[in-house]
Amino acid sequence: MMTATIEPEVGKARRRKEDARLITGRTRWTDNIVLPGMLHMAILRSPVAHARITSIDTSQARGMSGVEAVVTGADIAEAQGSLPCAWPITDDMKSPPAPSLAVHTVKFAGEAVAAVVARSKAEAQDALEAIEVDYAELPVVLDMAEAVADGARLTHEDLGTNASATWKFDSAEAGTGGDVEQAIADGEVVVHRTFRQQRLIPAFMEPRSVVVDPTGEQLTMWSATQIPHILRLMLAMTLGVAEHKIRVIAPDVGGGFGGKLQVTPEEVIAFLVARKLGKPVKYTETRSESLQAAHHGRDQIQKLTMAARRDGTITGLKVELLADMGAYLRLVTPGVPILGAFMFNAIYKIPAYHFACTNVFTNKTPTDAYRGAGRPEATFAIERMMDELAVELGMEPLEVREKNWIKHEEFPYTTVSTLTYDSGNYEAATAKAKDLFGYDALRAEQAERRAKNDPVQLGIGISTFTEMCGLAPSRVLGSLSYGAGGWEHAAVRMLPTGKVEVVTGSSPHGQGHETAWSQIVADQLGVPFEDVEILHGDTQSSHKGMDTYGSRSLTVGAMAVLKAGHKVIDKARTIAAHMMECAPDDVEFEAGKFTVRGTDSSVGIQDVALAVFAAHDLPDGVEPSLDSEATFDPENFSFPHGTHLCATEVDTETGQVRIRSYVCVDDIGAVINPLIVEGQVHGGLAQGIAQALFEEAVHDESGTLTTGTLVDYLVPSAADLPSFTTGLTETRATSNELGVKGVGEAGTIASTPAVVNAVVDAVRHLGVADIEMPCTPMRVWQAIHGGAR
Amino acid sequence: MIPAAFDYTAPSTVEEAVGALAEAGEDAKVLGGGQSLLPVLRMRLAAPTTLIDLGKVAELRGVREDGGALVIGAMTTHYDVQRDPLVQQHAALLARATDTVADPQVRHRGTFGGSIAHADPAGDLLAPALAMDTEMVIAGQGGRRTVAAADFFVDYFTTALEPDELLVEVRVPKHTGWHAHYEKFNRVAQAWSIVAVAATVRVEGTSIAEARVGLTNMAATPVRAHAVENALVGAPATPEAIRAAAAHAAEGTSPTSDGNADADYRQHLARTLTGRAVTAAVSG
Repeated sequence: MMTATIEPEVGKARRRKEDARLITGRTRWTDNIVLPGMLHMAILRSPVAHARITSIDTSQARGMSGVEAVVTGADIAEAQGSLPCAWPITDDMKSPPAPSLAVHTVKFAGEAVAAVVARSKAEAQDALEAIEVDYAELPVVLDMAEAVADGARLTHEDLGTNASATWKFDSAEAGTGGDVEQAIADGEVVVHRTFRQQRLIPAFMEPRSVVVDPTGEQLTMWSATQIPHILRLMLAMTLGVAEHKIRVIAPDVGGGFGGKLQVTPEEVIAFLVARKLGKPVKYTETRSESLQAAHHGRDQIQKLTMAARRDGTITGLKVELLADMGAYLRLVTPGVPILGAFMFNAIYKIPAYHFACTNVFTNKTPTDAYRGAGRPEATFAIERMMDELAVELGMEPLEVREKNWIKHEEFPYTTVSTLTYDSGNYEAATAKAKDLFGYDALRAEQAERRAKNDPVQLGIGISTFTEMCGLAPSRVLGSLSYGAGGWEHAAVRMLPTGKVEVVTGSSPHGQGHETAWSQIVADQLGVPFEDVEILHGDTQSSHKGMDTYGSRSLTVGAMAVLKAGHKVIDKARTIAAHMMECAPDDVEFEAGKFTVRGTDSSVGIQDVALAVFAAHDLPDGVEPSLDSEATFDPENFSFPHGTHLCATEVDTETGQVRIRSYVCVDDIGAVINPLIVEGQVHGGLAQGIAQALFEEAVHDESGTLTTGTLVDYLVPSAADLPSFTTGLTETRATSNELGVKGVGEAGTIASTPAVVNAVVDAVRHLGVADIEMPCTPMRVWQAIHGGAR
Repeated sequence: MIPAAFDYTAPSTVEEAVGALAEAGEDAKVLGGGQSLLPVLRMRLAAPTTLIDLGKVAELRGVREDGGALVIGAMTTHYDVQRDPLVQQHAALLARATDTVADPQVRHRGTFGGSIAHADPAGDLLAPALAMDTEMVIAGQGGRRTVAAADFFVDYFTTALEPDELLVEVRVPKHTGWHAHYEKFNRVAQAWSIVAVAATVRVEGTSIAEARVGLTNMAATPVRAHAVENALVGAPATPEAIRAAAAHAAEGTSPTSDGNADADYRQHLARTLTGRAVTAAVSG
């Protein structure tokens, strides 16, 4: 018999099978769902940032055409409980009650104050305008540094302070390194810098949307969420509803970037209102609501002190952060800056390290996870500091980095902040990036432009980054007081015809799970790619999961799939052996076929599936099923790394920055689908560059968001970005079966410092040492011409 | 978002439109391409009682010649203006500025007259209209009148149009053989201009015979940079002479300060970009 050569699926640049429906929109977006008798909800939001609600008059709204209910905070004060925060980072963390609908006070502009439910969306909107709310305005807290000073005005009077918690790590105390104060005192060179991580808005494409159907035994919630499983659990715990009476479905979800890693006020309000009315209710936010009220990201003040020897060896790093929580702690708000604590030391051997972060309440929209969550902040700061140290020492910035980074032969390496990096090759990625970039030629051109005082100056920016992916070993999360584990669940089931259903607990919202998982399973089971279907996002079919964030899907979720697949193969092997009348140990499995070792007697796994279905002749004690479930808990994080190089042209007459070239070489370990990797890198770069140059959530002195539309909040498009040159090196992770590391956040984490370093480098000779993000033309021009504010 | 309820009427002639406008009273709004009005309605920043949609008024579309002028119908889309051979030949500045308006979708829906009548000082077509000494043809119950661009733009989003009047045509004096350039400065491709400069020049030999320069977003209305124009006339078409003239660009401007640019920076940009616009026009 001829053996057909099957080309492996893993490594193939397959187009994503989910794209046709996602791109055309002919799919189940939450807002596309229409149920019989469904009502529409609209939400009235506070126009002020801090006030007591002295009265709400809903009488006129209640009488308006089509209106079924008007709900205020007072109406659901008991039932709504407090929105959950799952990450109490310290025992004494202060966390004020977080109502879904404000009851007595509003703490940020955009906070939900009342909801109208009507027969049509237009009628709900009309009635909203008829609600009269009287606000007694209170002083606003907007500036983090002022908020933690003595005698500061308070966001929450009851707490007596604006500081929620302070979290510290010290290498001397932890026994992982020396005393940083001593290192600073002894430093031959000490560099001090303060950076600002501006507030960002996740700006996912599909606005948040929720449909609640209370009819039936289970209440069903469709939500544009990243976390259907966590959402179900949190709704049960927050609202006191039995978990098994709630079904949550995340249908196709159009982007999240962490912004849909949340249990939202809108979900809770829709749940309560639908249950009360006994009718399905839909709520879809407008873009303006999304920008104003969905959680924001970043927003830190970072004070860094770096000590080094004259030869460039770093001897100590001290990091002091203020992190803006906004008005309330949402699902993982307090933990976001803490994730950064492990990443400030980055790829470098730093013998003494101290990290302290104070989380601060202000009268602004709550912050929470946004692509990278803690790691972009840390990476930005350390990569900016490496450039500053190089300048201080008069060294080439790549040379300073190489002097301090962990050498390839030193892996596995346990860092000063306690993580063990399993693998890495910073030398290889950097060499390849330099080559693709034409580093030496660009440096020569830079010198030439400087010498002739060219109005357009050239800058070169470097970012040799790493990150921690694959959230997360449950034990580590436990040690950080996180409220859950970091495992993932999967099921693999073979149907009678040999087709395969895979259930994954990781919930896609644009990543391409369906394609990548199908490739992996097709190879593992030796079945055609087309024979694999990936089911996800519905707690009825996927009862268990930890969902999608932190570049965890492949490194954790796919491992659960493989683990379940192994169980299926093992069971099928037993049955195949029985069918071929031999011992299971004599049966080999390859390319979908069980073969009796040393013979040409074989049976395909898809044929085994049919035999299992018939169950006419199974070995004694073997159940007639070819299904398995598995839960995978990773033993370590994974550590993608890479070298990103950016060349910017800065027009010194206007301050305009143009990215001339951008080269990134990422090492994400093994690659399942190069096309998906390319997409993730491009999107990630766009978001990281956006922080460097374009995006910023700005509030005026009264706490109103002045960048409340996409006219003012500048999300760049393809027209604003260069053509990226991407490359890969492959140093496999040793912590998982596939050797993969994760790619969802790499571009975002790496690119921001590369771009800012390039902008500063272009004008450093004109006396510029830093430019605040985003590096707007005005800021750049003012920095050059000494008019910086 | 959903606009508040309104009455809708779609007349098919200018006469009907003017009648509808008079009948609907002060709370009516005229709908051109809708690129500015619809967002305002959807955010409920305005709630007109009646919308008068000019989309079916065929006589308001198109470009024609009338002696020494081009006549552009108010409902001609940006896309049609951009591509029109008459505009390309006789009003290059308008073509170049229109190229920079927003994105292709907006240019296919948005209209020339709509932009002019909306009078957003950051709009890209006001400065060229002012610089080229265009005239606005206005229809009302009592007939038609013509207002020069210099008198038409009154304040932020405010023009010489009375509530019962309609902008029907813009008369653009032919600038045949003039070189032109529109220098737009913004932060992302689809954004409004932070500052922009509309420049068109007639070069004779090696010197500038005539020059027209208009500034976008440097005051509550578009601004004519007369001092620059005067300095350019008769000057050699050299970078040095142009830069010297451009140094006058901020005179008489009163720009706003916002998150993208404060007033000082805008005035600096006006000078720098004027130099670039004129240089590009001369060499174009």
